[in-house]
Amino acid sequence: MRELSLHILDVVENALTAGADRITVRVEESTATDRLSIWVQDNGKGMPEEKIRHLEDPFVTTRKTRRVGLGLSLLAAAARRCDGDLSVTAQPGRGTTVRADFRRSHIDLAPMGDIAATIGMVLLANPDVDFTYTHRVDEKDLTLNTRELKSELEGRALSDPVVIHHLTVAIRRSLKHLTSGTTNGSSPREDTYGKTDL
Amino acid sequence: MAKLTYEDLEGIREKAGKSMALRLGAADTFITVHMGTCGIAAGAREVMKTLLEAISVSGRGGIQVTASGCMGTCATEPNVSVTIAGSQPVVYQQMNAEKIKQVFQAHILEGRVQAEFVLS
Repeated sequence: MRELSLHILDVVENALTAGADRITVRVEESTATDRLSIWVQDNGKGMPEEKIRHLEDPFVTTRKTRRVGLGLSLLAAAARRCDGDLSVTAQPGRGTTVRADFRRSHIDLAPMGDIAATIGMVLLANPDVDFTYTHRVDEKDLTLNTRELKSELEGRALSDPVVIHHLTVAIRRSLKHLTSGTTNGSSPREDTYGKTDL
Repeated sequence: MAKLTYEDLEGIREKAGKSMALRLGAADTFITVHMGTCGIAAGAREVMKTLLEAISVSGRGGIQVTASGCMGTCATEPNVSVTIAGSQPVVYQQMNAEKIKQVFQAHILEGRVQAEFVLS
């Protein structure tokens, strides 16, 4: 995957396939510790221990359409390439937490990319899922959750492609503020979170 | 903790709110972007993003957009299914930003199936 935000989209799709109706995505970036960590936590059906042990084997998958699973093995490889790691904790019936950790200044670290588009897609495709997104860069952070959005806008607003389009643009703009003022060598490039003009 | 600002939400309400009820009325057009790992890696998110923008600009209502998993033809991703009420579903293959714009304009707005992109 060319962007970390595409990996996030992929892991969230896994969570939805696992029947989750409550999903939290958390991203933390720290200049001080030079780490970038991503958590995706869900309340889906979880995974048996046996499955977790073989998670990084692309030939282990529960899918029926083809016999190769790719998502988590790609993310694990990406993390490992950047002095990081992937950890998965799951309880059958209780949910799954995926955590990917990277060295933020690593030359091989893919850009975060258009995380706003990732969030927008997830909301639109799953308006009934209780979804929370938090993104911290050093001391600044941004958070949104669908319960608040629904009460601020209107219950059905998140099924409207036009609302999602404008919401995506707003998230992208807010993320710009997270990184403004932290322009040293290890900071993400200016276009890291996608172009504001879409 | 910082949230999307009140101005942001107000702006969204303003831009999208007025005609929202109209758009969310009975949908007659259903678009599905296939978003398995294969679709995502091949550019499905960009296709979806372009599609939402095109819908926004057109002002056309009655469109329901959703995402689904891999449909098994990974080599032809990104795949997009279009179903207009009363017609057979059409699956388009190897979509990108330009092609989805063309499909939106010609098929969804003008009713002409774009045979050159149809999955065969």
